[in-house]
Amino acid sequence: MRLRRTRGRDPLGLRRVLSDRLLPALAASMALLAALALAGARGAADLAARWEGGAATALTVQMPHGARADRALAALAAMPEVGEARLADQARLAALLRPWLGEAPAIPLPSVIELRLARLPPDPAALAQRIAQAVPGATVEAHGVWVARLLALARSLQAVALAALLLVAGIATAVVTVAVRAGIAARRNAIDILHELGATDGDIAGRFARRVALLVGLGALGGTLAAAPVLAGFADLAAPLLGGAAAMRVQDLPWARLPWAELALLPPAAAAIGWLTAQVTLRLWLRRLP
Amino acid sequence: MVRFAEVGLRYGGPGDGPGAGPEVLRGVSFTLTPGSFHWLLGPSGAGKSSLLRLMHLAVRPSRGEVEVLGTRLSTARRAALPALRRRIGVVYQDFRLLPHLSIFDNVAQPLRVAGRAERQVRADVTEILRWVGLVGKADAAPAALSGGEQQRVAIARAVVIRPALLVADEPTGNLDVAQARRVMSLLQQMHRLGTTVVVATHAETLVAEYPAPALRLAEGRLVSHG
Ligand SMILES: Nc1ncnc2c1ncn2[C@@H]1O[C@H](COP(=O)(O)OP(=O)(O)OP(=O)(O)O)[C@@H](O)[C@H]1O
Ligand SMILES: [Mg+2]
Repeated sequence: MRLRRTRGRDPLGLRRVLSDRLLPALAASMALLAALALAGARGAADLAARWEGGAATALTVQMPHGARADRALAALAAMPEVGEARLADQARLAALLRPWLGEAPAIPLPSVIELRLARLPPDPAALAQRIAQAVPGATVEAHGVWVARLLALARSLQAVALAALLLVAGIATAVVTVAVRAGIAARRNAIDILHELGATDGDIAGRFARRVALLVGLGALGGTLAAAPVLAGFADLAAPLLGGAAAMRVQDLPWARLPWAELALLPPAAAAIGWLTAQVTLRLWLRRLP
Repeated sequence: MVRFAEVGLRYGGPGDGPGAGPEVLRGVSFTLTPGSFHWLLGPSGAGKSSLLRLMHLAVRPSRGEVEVLGTRLSTARRAALPALRRRIGVVYQDFRLLPHLSIFDNVAQPLRVAGRAERQVRADVTEILRWVGLVGKADAAPAALSGGEQQRVAIARAVVIRPALLVADEPTGNLDVAQARRVMSLLQQMHRLGTTVVVATHAETLVAEYPAPALRLAEGRLVSHG
């Protein structure tokens, strides 16, 4: 049997025991999950930002013609759920209604009161009813309550996505640890020999760490690239919610909307996790040698 | 220079290190002058391999002081030991070649660990392989060699960095008389080049053929020196 000369590149035979299949495949699937979590966090943040404006005013109360706004304001401000009640600016209202009513509306504009709530009511319909009783003849619009609910949901989705990202990083660390331990077990003898020939811990740990970083980094790159079209698809589904339109062709997918900067960080971050985990695992293990 | 003072060794600790097992070396004291050649003799189980392991820093003593090439192990930091190990050549009783590497790469390993340039590695390894008569087997796997050939590879790996101290554990154990003589002449050559050499064996005929001072062990104690 003849063997190729290695020029000293792999004295521990790590190409064999840290193979180019399992670890990259695991890294790829974890990068895919991380990319989904990242895009989820970004998407939820976008939606939240968009809804934030709408949620600021939770309810609008349209006064009947001729009603005294100051009395209504006082009555509304006295309600415990109401944080702030103020009259909508007539000029702004006119601008809003201009498309329907024209430059100089023939009919007088209604008075509209905007309400900010101190806290979200459990049942907005019941609150609307109580407001209608407090201000006879008023029309109450409570869509803002629902927007605020969606906003809270988007915020918690964002938090969940970030937690998922941390979880993936933790699992990646565990997976690398297991793989490195298996590598140590398989090459225990070679590690002993290298150690006795005078190799330093940094030397041996570095060989493992570089191999692991390469495999995990490449795997994560593959996983991230595989995730991109999936994410573009999701972004496309979300486009109407963000004031866009759904694409008809692949090249029209909202590629630019993907969180590219964060995605580009995934492979180096994965490689760094792999390198660090291998270093720590090896150095801790090597301490048992004299 | 190698100095042992009241050295005791127990196995059973983490990673085969000093531990709580029975004492396999007891109160061993001796000094080897630089450039000397010594036999290490004693019946099987007397502790010859254990004593050599202490000498090439594969284990630390449980008690007493071991001083190797001017470094006292009791006070040496662990980080200082790799550099010291690179000045010691070891021929193991069971060779301990790396099975997945060619003969060339096995012999090159100490030079690469020491960070020598690849050009120098090639020159030195080729020279040493010629010296032990194995240039033709440079690309073979260790498993494809006979016991005697593997023994010579082990010797080549031990001497390729021109160590200050060379320890050999039963280097002629698996060899016929002609091969054993060849190995002995290689070790004697190293000695003549100024290396401190210690050779463990229980082949008394070989000792008679190459007379030299001897450390004699029995049941973990040094019974005679000289
Ligand atoms: N790694 C180890 N763990 C526990 N005990 C050991 C270990 N190595 C050796 N021993 C014990 O230490 C004693 C001395 O063993 P050692 O190998 O030093 O003897 P030796 O003189 O080299 O014998 P041989 O001539 O058969 O090689 C023996 O009783 C052996 O069982
Ligand atoms: Mg022995």
